[in-house]
Amino acid sequence: MSHEPRIGVYVCHCGVNIAGVVDVKRVAAEMASEAGVVLSREYKFMCSTPGQEMIIDDIQSHGLNRVVVAACSPRMHEGTFQGACRKAGVNAYFFQMANIREHDSWVTLDKEEATRKAIALTRAAVRRVRNHEPLETRQVEVRKEVLVIGGGIAGIEAALTVAESGNHVYLVEREPTIGGHMARFDKTFPTLDCSACILTPKMNAVGSHPNITLMTSCEVEEVKGFVGNFDVKVKRKARYVDHDKCTGCGACVEKCPVKVPSEFDEGLSKRKAIYTPFPQAVPNKPVIDRAACTYFRTGKCRLCERFCEPKAIAFEQQESTQEIQVGAIIVATGFEFYRGEALSWYGHGRYPNVITALEFERLNNASGPTEGVLRMADGRVPQSVAILHCIGSRDKNYQEYCSRVCCMYSLKFAHLVKEKTGAEVFEFYIDMRSPGKGYEEFHDRIREEGAHLIRGKVGEVTDLAVNPEEQGRLIVVAEDTLAGSRLRVPVDMVVLSPGLSAHRDSKVAQLLKCAVDKNGFFIEKHPKLAPVDTATDGVFLAGCCQGPKDIPDTVAQSQAAAAKALALATRGVVEAEGRTACIDPEVCAGCKLCVSLCPYKAISFDTAKEISVVNEVLCKGCGTCAAACPSGAAQARHFKDVHIFNEIEGVLAL
Amino acid sequence: MSKLKVAVYWAASCGGCDVAILDIHEKVLAVNEACEFFLWPIAMDFKYADVEALPDKHIDLTLFNGAIRNSENKHIAELLRRKSKVLVAFGSCAHTGGIPALANLYSKDQIFHRAYVESPSTVNPQGTLPQTATPVTEGELTIPTMFDHVYSLDQVVDVEYYVPGCPPNPERIWEVLFAVVSGATLPPPGSVIGAGERALCDSCGRKRTEDKRITGFNRVATTPLDPDICFLDQGLICLGPVTRDGCGQQCVKASNMPCRGCYGLPPGITDQGAKMIAAVASVIDAREPEDIRKIVATLPDQAGYYYRFSMSQSMLGRKKA
Repeated sequence: MSHEPRIGVYVCHCGVNIAGVVDVKRVAAEMASEAGVVLSREYKFMCSTPGQEMIIDDIQSHGLNRVVVAACSPRMHEGTFQGACRKAGVNAYFFQMANIREHDSWVTLDKEEATRKAIALTRAAVRRVRNHEPLETRQVEVRKEVLVIGGGIAGIEAALTVAESGNHVYLVEREPTIGGHMARFDKTFPTLDCSACILTPKMNAVGSHPNITLMTSCEVEEVKGFVGNFDVKVKRKARYVDHDKCTGCGACVEKCPVKVPSEFDEGLSKRKAIYTPFPQAVPNKPVIDRAACTYFRTGKCRLCERFCEPKAIAFEQQESTQEIQVGAIIVATGFEFYRGEALSWYGHGRYPNVITALEFERLNNASGPTEGVLRMADGRVPQSVAILHCIGSRDKNYQEYCSRVCCMYSLKFAHLVKEKTGAEVFEFYIDMRSPGKGYEEFHDRIREEGAHLIRGKVGEVTDLAVNPEEQGRLIVVAEDTLAGSRLRVPVDMVVLSPGLSAHRDSKVAQLLKCAVDKNGFFIEKHPKLAPVDTATDGVFLAGCCQGPKDIPDTVAQSQAAAAKALALATRGVVEAEGRTACIDPEVCAGCKLCVSLCPYKAISFDTAKEISVVNEVLCKGCGTCAAACPSGAAQARHFKDVHIFNEIEGVLAL
Repeated sequence: MSKLKVAVYWAASCGGCDVAILDIHEKVLAVNEACEFFLWPIAMDFKYADVEALPDKHIDLTLFNGAIRNSENKHIAELLRRKSKVLVAFGSCAHTGGIPALANLYSKDQIFHRAYVESPSTVNPQGTLPQTATPVTEGELTIPTMFDHVYSLDQVVDVEYYVPGCPPNPERIWEVLFAVVSGATLPPPGSVIGAGERALCDSCGRKRTEDKRITGFNRVATTPLDPDICFLDQGLICLGPVTRDGCGQQCVKASNMPCRGCYGLPPGITDQGAKMIAAVASVIDAREPEDIRKIVATLPDQAGYYYRFSMSQSMLGRKKA
């Protein structure tokens, strides 16, 4: 094959996706005059079998040695066209794709502008492909171990699924116990299963599974490597209790004289300074809250130590770091309830009988602060309760999105209130959203149980009474948009149903180089066709970290993420990128700048030759060294200056 | 054998390059022996008219130092190009713009305003600025026009060779002159001669760490300088990694001073300053934009540091008028 570039250009219509906006004939015609272009065609669907065969035929009959397809994103079809080239005997790296769909036709309204942009992008591809080199891919082995970050129901389910297959799982949870939000709920909608009853067997299974290394009070600190070969540093916070010695007898907890508000019960009850978050915690062994502990604060006390028979109290324990190696990572970091100012707008924190959903869950829970009796602040049982949907949700001032679960859990609250107290229930909703198996039926059931479902967003909750009936009660001021009337509803208790938010303090996305959306939720690789993949190969998503969802969807996604991780482990190898970096030994002056920058530790310094050397097995072609290399010795294959300048010149038609 | 016909010219330059030629000391006698000069304003008295009268390609070798700042510089560059067989861009200013080209970070108006109105030593209540033509009773006085932009020599006329340096190292000058005089085979046109083929770090003996981290920039005036450790490891900007070897390390070795980049970019890179910025940016030890800004702010005049000698060829272009 001659080294002179013989380029074939193919402009795809993508039905009307591209051709509806871009004048594809003009794009193809413009490319025909570019140096090295032998033929330039347009076709309805390049990715179809006839489209691919056209490329193969042209390579064979016209002696093409370079191929450019202007179509969709290379994420979609680069592999398809590379395959066609390979089939016809052309190295896959002599193929270049111009994205004139996502980058152009889908986002450009003006037809003339879109066509000009398509010409510019395609010309850039044509100019750069001239200087491409043939490259080879390599196969790299995949480690079988899987890391799951987060020990809520999503992480638990993913960990169990992987562990059941016989592969090893590291489950990292930053709290002292797994269980997450689900462990704190009373009942689950629409079946009204006891949340703890269905969750705790799974928690115990995780705790005792031989294939699961459970790492509570731990946080992921650093992630290096790439799909199949991640090196992860996990920080283990000091627990001040040696869990190897501890028998979980609870004597220490009993003797501890310090009481502080319990996070698990939303501060509605007290816990000790040495504590297990709740009775069914896994691991069911206590930790010491350093900030609350008298010994850590004053240097005196050590009561727990005195009463600990197995001598498990370890005040001297330090934070430590453990390194683990895994092939895949499942992110299951969950969510937090919205805690913003919309809550205080409706009187939370100001009126004692305005409570949040999570407080309601704890008050209703048999193991909660009131042993499952719904009580007001003064201990009375409420006679009437208002439940306010969409707190902070579907509101441009707070969270624009719908959290999907709040309507349903609010309806569940109505049922629980009715069941336990017989009180009158008023639900204020914007729109009732009950899509899901059995959800609409549940909605009907609650209506039939006699809850007043009022369509209208609440304006305010106030204690300013205007008549004797309102005296001493909370008045919910709202509009009934179906009846077209203004309402003042006096009640004893108001429950606020906030939406779900992404974790604001989490660094996990940054560590994994995963993108998050404007609300802080992880972005999946494709919203429809790759809902558990991320843009980082080998990192998968499960549960609410990807977006608000209910328990059934979370569990389904967790199992899907586990299946993806297992598919990777079962395949055993991954194709490694051929576009790696190289360092020209004739140019390198040995400044050592690149050595520590390489995120994959692929660069070492050859002290004999006094130059830097790339280990191509480890190199992922990220280009960090090429960007940093001052002398131009380090270059990323196919992203050399020549390619980048060719591309810029192509865009600008220089 | 007839003598080699030579011209030396200074355009926008400080005269240091001319002095560097004299710095070959007694060898200058050998040069005089072998060469016949047709123009060398700093050393000999010739008139432009004498050169204009020469037949085209009469001069064998012209060493042209200085950048192209005004219409006179350009006129003489074009003249010498016509009259010379081999034209050499001699020194940093002719090679890549040099110090004068830092003026490209300012507009011509800003420069005039600073020089003729603002500067503390100026008294100019009318705000008079230089005029290229001024009518006087005797007729019209003219001076050359200052351009908006400072050009390197090869941006104005074709150039055979480049001898980098501010000024070029006298030993290298001698090697170049000796090669020409002795009739040795010259490298292909467009080559940089009298310099190495790698970056300065290649011959620098300072110890380097493999984990460079910049937490703030130090400056030579306020920092004790370790003579044995890489300047970048000491938090000082040293342009060694983006600068061609061959200068003899008069700064980094003899004077314990970081490289300022006068030997220009090594082969294979396109923009000396941009490369250095990319290199430094990649070892700044911070992640958050705010922290990065704080570190960067410890080095005033970033562009001046990184493009001290190469602004004419910078992708930055120039300050818009």
